[in-house]
Amino acid sequence: MADVIFPSGPVLAADGTPLKASLNRAMRKNRIRALLLVTPLFLFILFSFLLPIVDMTMRSVDNWQVGTLMPKTAIALRNWDGKEIPDEPVFAALVEDLAAGAKSREIGKVATRLNYEKSGLRSTITGSARKALKIKEGPYKEQVLKMNKRWRQLDTWTVIKRNTRPYTIGYYLNAVDLKYDKAGNIVRQAESRRIYGKLFARTFGISLVITVLCILLAYPVSYLLATLPLRYSNLLMIFVLLPFWTSLLVRTTAWIAMLQSQGVLNDIFVYVGLINDDNRLQLIHNLTGTVIAMTHILLPFMVLPLYSVMKTIPPSYMRAALSLGANPLVAFVRVYMPQTLSGIGAGSILVFILSIGYYITPALVGGTSGTLISNQIAYHMQSSLNWGLAGALGALLLASVLVLYFLYNRIVGIDNMRLG
Amino acid sequence: MKKMLKSSALAIAGLAIAGVTAAQAVDLNVVSWGGAYTASQMNAYHKPYMKLHPDVKINSIDYSGGLAEMRAQTESGNVTWDLVDVVLSDAITGCDEGMFRPINIDKEMAAAPDGTPPSKDFLKGTLLSECFIPQIIYSTAFAYRKDAWGGKEPKTMADVFDTKNFPGKRTLQKKPINNVEWALIADGVPLDKIYDVLDTEEGKVRAFKKLATIKKDVIWWTQGAVPPQLLADGEAVFGTGYNGRWFSAIAEEKQPFAMLWDGQVLDIDGWAIPAKGKHVADVMKYLKFATDTQRLADQAKYISYGPARKSSGPLVSKHATLGIDMAPHMPTKYADQGFLTNFKWWADNADEMNERFAAWLLQ
Repeated sequence: MADVIFPSGPVLAADGTPLKASLNRAMRKNRIRALLLVTPLFLFILFSFLLPIVDMTMRSVDNWQVGTLMPKTAIALRNWDGKEIPDEPVFAALVEDLAAGAKSREIGKVATRLNYEKSGLRSTITGSARKALKIKEGPYKEQVLKMNKRWRQLDTWTVIKRNTRPYTIGYYLNAVDLKYDKAGNIVRQAESRRIYGKLFARTFGISLVITVLCILLAYPVSYLLATLPLRYSNLLMIFVLLPFWTSLLVRTTAWIAMLQSQGVLNDIFVYVGLINDDNRLQLIHNLTGTVIAMTHILLPFMVLPLYSVMKTIPPSYMRAALSLGANPLVAFVRVYMPQTLSGIGAGSILVFILSIGYYITPALVGGTSGTLISNQIAYHMQSSLNWGLAGALGALLLASVLVLYFLYNRIVGIDNMRLG
Repeated sequence: MKKMLKSSALAIAGLAIAGVTAAQAVDLNVVSWGGAYTASQMNAYHKPYMKLHPDVKINSIDYSGGLAEMRAQTESGNVTWDLVDVVLSDAITGCDEGMFRPINIDKEMAAAPDGTPPSKDFLKGTLLSECFIPQIIYSTAFAYRKDAWGGKEPKTMADVFDTKNFPGKRTLQKKPINNVEWALIADGVPLDKIYDVLDTEEGKVRAFKKLATIKKDVIWWTQGAVPPQLLADGEAVFGTGYNGRWFSAIAEEKQPFAMLWDGQVLDIDGWAIPAKGKHVADVMKYLKFATDTQRLADQAKYISYGPARKSSGPLVSKHATLGIDMAPHMPTKYADQGFLTNFKWWADNADEMNERFAAWLLQ
């Protein structure tokens, strides 16, 4: 074949401009259009998702209260060596700050913050602030020491000085069951107050169990859905989807009616003589209840990706394997199952991540042995108002999910995941 | 298309008109607990007030307690609530953090009909925060199934912890507050010594040790509607709950329950005004009306909570629909068998006690 000789110089479009520039222009238009199309979603995610996460994470290290609301004390304490109760100038500054805080009604924020570090400082601060309004002149040290016994304790001052810094790792220490001791060293939390480590471990353990149960239960159902004739599989699909469309609360309370000791399931067991009336099984308000209810609620998230993957596997592969001499089990394990791995992966990651953050179902049916870390986060958001700790726990949870996701990507590969 | 434009133009005009009229009238957003409780407030306060003041519209908003939403509104600077029904402990915290407005009770609230100033008329020990106007006294108390032990009935707090003579599940709120006090009472601590004991490390250990004796018999609840349900289902034989809920189970639903007033914890619920609210003057006017002697007595017609004013007590009459005499159902009648929560102690120790309680549950 003869060589084709290209003309030298840039290739020109019909209107004489270089083809490259013309192409770029056309592409740019497309890119802008594409950007405009995703803008609403991007903005939505930014404002409703990313910014709140950043805000909550900032709160987990933010420590503005003492430094901002007790500025004079913060400065006066800068050169304090921490060996004994500070001297008169610090007390003069303290009285001034407390009085100002009582007037502006903001001293409660300092009191709340310091009470996280040392129980009892809340009333010490608010009470002393009220009294500080009445102090007219020095010497201040004597008058303050008389207000409350905690002013005579060295660690009160250590705590205050430590929290004059604008950022803290205190919330993170709390979230992993560590604390500062009286001398300011980081030590393990007292046995009677260690909770978060256990709860994190339990949360991951339960999520894993639920994921495995979901795989075991969803696999045969999805197989049936994918292989049955259409009119049967549609009916079956409705059975899968109907609970999916039902309110979460309704499904959870339905499980309470089913599983409670005077409930349907126990009644049936007693009726058929499996157990006697005095030994009814405790199936709810504990770990069992949480696992059963959450597995049921999350099952569709496993069934749907599995089904969509199985639907694409041609039945001829299995037939080919069988006709080439594999027995059904071998054909299933070596030919069919590997092709469904991407569905299992997608379903597992959905179910696992959803169950790590689940909170309403464990709150309703979990009792004591079935509550998860998210219940503690909700508690600190809504009841104790310790948003710093809630932020720290949330950030740790998010970080561990990201680590798991990273590991999953390294081991299985995220490209192999198919959501349908 | 034209038609659509026309109708949306009309809609916008309509909105504008609505906006103008709304600017003249006042919309007050009053936040409360919902259910039968909010209904009693509507009947006793909101409706009569709106009748007297046709230009005021009171929107009742439900919430589930706590200060999280109030704090979020205050921090963002966009406070949409005008009046919040809070428990005393939340009022104290919110007041300390500057979320709520201090109220000069004698100047700004109504005196009793005989002229007693409000600061003397409200029950002793209820005016514990300057941002808080008490409304009702409620109690958290035990109720039990009368048919659970063949005619034998518990009399004291010690019976609740006696699983041998009174076997069966107990349902308690999943919080340390009240439960540790009850444990100490059952362990023999006199009512006036509870907080002295609890203030020591040994006292805390003692309370959790006593609680541990019934731990395996406890179903923990977090929603107030749960305990009456558990007792009705026969899932539990003892339950703690708000006395108003027990009243409606016993008197309205005719459940076979009875109250155990021994060791009841009296608590105060009332109003607090968001400091940065938009209608402070209007809301003060409403609050003066809603917390006067007659209004507080009227509320007891609809729900079994005791009015917080002395002068309202004699005016409490019969239930509005059931026609039963309400006085025996008021927790204030059995006040000497119970105690008032020490809010100052809890404000200081709640963080620590909650962690201890959670750790104890995990053991």
